Amino acid sequence: MLASLPIGLWCVCAAGFAVADVAAIANVVAVADIPPTAPAATVLEATAPAAAERGLPALLAGLATAGYADKQALIKQMVELHDPRVHAVLEAMLEGNLYSRSSDARVFIVASGTDPLELSDPLTGRAAGTASPDDLSKIGVNNQLRKVLRVAMAQSDLSSPDEAVRLNAVREMLRAVDADGIALLNARLAVESRAAVKREIRAGLALADLDSDDAKTRLAAVEGLSDSLNIDVYNRLSAMIQTSEQGSAGEPDAKVRAAAVAALRGIDLKRGLYSMVQTFLFGLSQGSVLVLAAIGLAITFGVMGVINMAHGELMMLGAYTTYVVQLIMPHHIGASILAAIPAAFVISGLAGIAIERGIVRHLYGRPLETLLATFGLSLILQQAVRDLFSANNRPVETPAWLAGSLQINEVLSITYNRLYIIVFTFALFLLLLAILKRTRLGLEVRAVAQNRAMAKAMGIRTEWVDAMTFGLGSGIAGIAGVALSQLTNVGPNLGQSYIVDCFMVVVFGGVGNVWGTEIGGNALGVVNKVLEPYAGAVLAKIFVLVFLILFIQRRPRGMFPQKGRAAEG
Amino acid sequence: MRHRVQTDGGGRIFLGTLVAVVLLVPVLNLLMPDSSSLHMSGYTVTLLGKYMTYAMLAMAVDLVWGYCGILSLGHGAFFALGGYAIGMYLMRQIGTRGVYGDPLLPDFMVFLNWKDLPWFWHGFGSFPFAVLMVFLAPGLLALIFGFLAFRSRVSGVYLSIITQALTYALMLAFFRNDMGFGGNNGFTDFKDILGFNLQAPGTRMVLFLCTALALGGTYVLCRCIITSRAGRVIQAVRDAESRARFLGYRVEYYKLWMFVLSAMLAGLAGALYVTQIGIINPSEFSPANSIEIVIWVAIGGRGTLYGAVVGAFLVNYAKTYFTAALPSMWLYALGALFVFVTLFLPTGVVGFLNARRKRNLRLSAE
Repeated sequence: MLASLPIGLWCVCAAGFAVADVAAIANVVAVADIPPTAPAATVLEATAPAAAERGLPALLAGLATAGYADKQALIKQMVELHDPRVHAVLEAMLEGNLYSRSSDARVFIVASGTDPLELSDPLTGRAAGTASPDDLSKIGVNNQLRKVLRVAMAQSDLSSPDEAVRLNAVREMLRAVDADGIALLNARLAVESRAAVKREIRAGLALADLDSDDAKTRLAAVEGLSDSLNIDVYNRLSAMIQTSEQGSAGEPDAKVRAAAVAALRGIDLKRGLYSMVQTFLFGLSQGSVLVLAAIGLAITFGVMGVINMAHGELMMLGAYTTYVVQLIMPHHIGASILAAIPAAFVISGLAGIAIERGIVRHLYGRPLETLLATFGLSLILQQAVRDLFSANNRPVETPAWLAGSLQINEVLSITYNRLYIIVFTFALFLLLLAILKRTRLGLEVRAVAQNRAMAKAMGIRTEWVDAMTFGLGSGIAGIAGVALSQLTNVGPNLGQSYIVDCFMVVVFGGVGNVWGTEIGGNALGVVNKVLEPYAGAVLAKIFVLVFLILFIQRRPRGMFPQKGRAAEG
Repeated sequence: MRHRVQTDGGGRIFLGTLVAVVLLVPVLNLLMPDSSSLHMSGYTVTLLGKYMTYAMLAMAVDLVWGYCGILSLGHGAFFALGGYAIGMYLMRQIGTRGVYGDPLLPDFMVFLNWKDLPWFWHGFGSFPFAVLMVFLAPGLLALIFGFLAFRSRVSGVYLSIITQALTYALMLAFFRNDMGFGGNNGFTDFKDILGFNLQAPGTRMVLFLCTALALGGTYVLCRCIITSRAGRVIQAVRDAESRARFLGYRVEYYKLWMFVLSAMLAGLAGALYVTQIGIINPSEFSPANSIEIVIWVAIGGRGTLYGAVVGAFLVNYAKTYFTAALPSMWLYALGALFVFVTLFLPTGVVGFLNARRKRNLRLSAE
């Protein structure tokens, strides 16, 4: 079984080769059985002392003239140089792209399929002009040499200083483990320092042991694999306990089979657990987006009672601010996001204060009229953005520190932007809570919300407090816009798509308290993500909306209604 | 009834205008030769018909908002449901003339590889059934929704928000192909109604006249209701809900029936809209559409019924004009109109004119 895979591979590789190689392909099965390290070792002994002093350029030059046996030795020496350039040379050689120039015997990597052939110097990695095929002679490889090359490449990857490359090399070797691979992996395991790579190697070795003829070895291997989350391991174990139509099991030994069943059960449990954690985290991040969008509204609508339909457009302003900041500092994308946060707060906050002073102020006590006027304002803002920028979405770049994902294990991984959004939202929420509960402004805001006339009688400038509160809520919306610019398209319709959700979250959480919004939004996000696998994204969202409609009928004041005097207004 | 209509000056002007339109438009459209400067094009007739269905919709909203104090931000949903109900009938009428020529299934179902007609499509081959559903579908939705909402005394802003969520949820649902309502393309390419070709000028004129009749009928019906004893209770509920409740009225039932009636009228408007415009798709459910309807009423002047008509015509005419002449200005104009009307004309155009007339009367009396 193991031999058949390399044959297929080699056939593909050989397609561009000279006719002479066809005969070699026929020999594959025979060659594969010969331990390839044996002849390599003998040649090595003969040439090693001289070669060690010559370095990569000399080794390369040697390749041009060496016979097959000498080439093996040279390859071995190249690997031992631990030179990062060696990998490309070996790869090119394996694919038949390594040539030597007849005029000066220098060795080049040739890009396949071009005419005239384009050369690149393996020592510098740079392009080295072109040459006609007549001036070049290929550095030939035979099947035995190919095998040596593969092992050598895996070996050079395995000793790479980069953990990710090593991990990949191990995984690459796991696909088809053979005797050489096992030897290599064992050697690496002895010197490997990182736990992740070690775990991967152990899994690979155990997988190879599963093919052993000795039931005890297999049993030990199954037990060793029982905490692996690797999908190959899972498939292999599943195959072992399956019975074919003739009644013969994939695994002949009953004891080993039982161990495999137990191991699978354990793995299933673990996978299920991790995927639950993953769903929860996804839900939390989706919920955080909701909270982010709604938390400014929790101030303007929740505390002040103003229905601001232009809330979404204030977020849109924040997102566009991010875009403009990136235009101003195109070479510092990483810092641009951090710079955009205060900028968006100020711009959206000022816009909010202008809205409050210009429109909302005249409509206190008439919530439905406020709704209509601010909706009109949202249309104006949308069109203004369309005219100023464009009706198309604007590209906002993601800084490097937000890209990528945190791979906790094979099942559980979470992208950094999701992780950051959860953390960021929570920080924003704490900040807002602190402002409301711990500052003078927060005290005055709550006082005005509870009893405007009394607050005024106590000397609070209610008009000023109104403007500041509205500005605060709007500024927070702007900050939310910065975060949203990393998650969705930045376009004129950005705000509109969130407005219904925002109001639902605030009402669900309970009007008048910020932490109701935080908990409510996250709960909705998690419920949405839990439903998604069963119902699909759209239907899940519809279910959540219907649930909310029904919930508000049962508890019109939300999950955490205000009590006492504040509730009476 | 005559008394009730007569005491209402604006209403008389409105009904008079409607009668004039009904008499004039067929003459101008069908009898005047194309070359005549008095000829009215088919396009204008359809446009007028569209405005009239919008006016009906606005009146339905005014009935609940102006008289009941229920600000529904989801009336677009009832309008669209009525439209979908008649659209299903029109789709079935296409028969083998569709692109795929399937005698039973509409094109989009053939496209989705469906083999059978979904259960809720049965019966829509019959016109009376479809008309029944035009009223029943929005009516039932309003009944269930209103029953739950009014019983638990959800009111004011909260009610507005959940009506908005309702239409939003329906929009998402109708956008799905699996729902069996044509996904985001909706229904279009209708051929005929009751055997008459929908493109023929005669059919279009009949539909136009039906719409005018429905608009007039809606006005008279609403007027009768609000001037009746029940109508006064409803206005009492609007002004002081708790007081009305303490006087022994079952406030939630009054609200509920008004809400259901209003939804049915919106459904009828939607059905007339779809037959004349020839397309219905899920974007009709979008929350912004429903808010726009409320704006028509606010601009015309809430609580007068004919004010809603004035508002619907004014805003939609402006929309037609601006989107053709100055497309980018339309949203500025509409937005500014919202802000201006709510800040400076809280009673709308009609209310403003009425107040001025009263002042003039008073001045001349002095």
